[in-house]
Amino acid sequence: MKSAVIVFPGSNCDRDLAVALEQVTGRKPDMVWHRDTDLPDGVDFIGLPGGFSYGDYLRSGAMAARSPIMRAVVDAAHRGMPVIGICNGFQVLTEAGLLPGALMRNAGLNFVCRPVALTVENSQSLFTAAYRSGEEIRVPVAHHDGNFQADDATLDRIEGEGRIAFRYAEQVNGSARGIAGILNGAGNVLGMMPHPERAIEPAHGGSDGRRLFEGLLEAVA
Amino acid sequence: MKARVFVTLKPGVLDPQGKAIHHALEGLGFSGVNDVRAGKLIELDLADGTADGDIEEMCRRLLANTVIENFRIERLENA
Repeated sequence: MKSAVIVFPGSNCDRDLAVALEQVTGRKPDMVWHRDTDLPDGVDFIGLPGGFSYGDYLRSGAMAARSPIMRAVVDAAHRGMPVIGICNGFQVLTEAGLLPGALMRNAGLNFVCRPVALTVENSQSLFTAAYRSGEEIRVPVAHHDGNFQADDATLDRIEGEGRIAFRYAEQVNGSARGIAGILNGAGNVLGMMPHPERAIEPAHGGSDGRRLFEGLLEAVA
Repeated sequence: MKARVFVTLKPGVLDPQGKAIHHALEGLGFSGVNDVRAGKLIELDLADGTADGDIEEMCRRLLANTVIENFRIERLENA
């Protein structure tokens, strides 16, 4: 599996994501700068990393979502290429219109940085096939704007269509219906606030994030 | 020509920042504040004759996230 990690000014989890992808897939991902207009040839997976792209100016992810490379990412997503957005990457995906809703300031106003319990809601997706539905996993979060909000009709729709991939199993940031990660309608785009790339080996304090990449590798390869 | 864009959260969208400001005002002893909502003011310096439609398009495509925010444009013709 050949993957690309998009790097925006202010991304700070791009290298963690690259290490996770290299460990699991055995192949170093291509790091793609936000000013590029095309993805490298032969890429079959795109990751949008966490961080504070453009200093979170205007709204988290707003500027990154309008950067040149995102046109290529949106096109690839529409063609069915698997895309994951983690933390700031999730914010970028909602701002780019690839995922519904918006990520607002945490309800408690605090930056939340700790491992949290998540429930795997849908184990049938490209990204979650290595988990069991209903399984509880522990993955770290580190965000200020992780409070997922959408109107009730949108929430009902994504819930009804099984598009909630992960839900917080504890109070974290005030997200509507405890949403921690959602899929697009076609199931090839996942946005999540928790950082699976920070939980891939025991030295990280847990390796529950590793199976996300393992499941993806199996699905794509 | 200048224009001001006011970006505000849609009614019903939770505003934790506004809530915190509200609490702080109460802490300072200001009673009688029923609610606080925080928004943004963006000032644009534009070429003369910029069409309303263009400013609206700027709001829709970047300045506001219409999933959660409303915007209002105020043109300052002689500024």
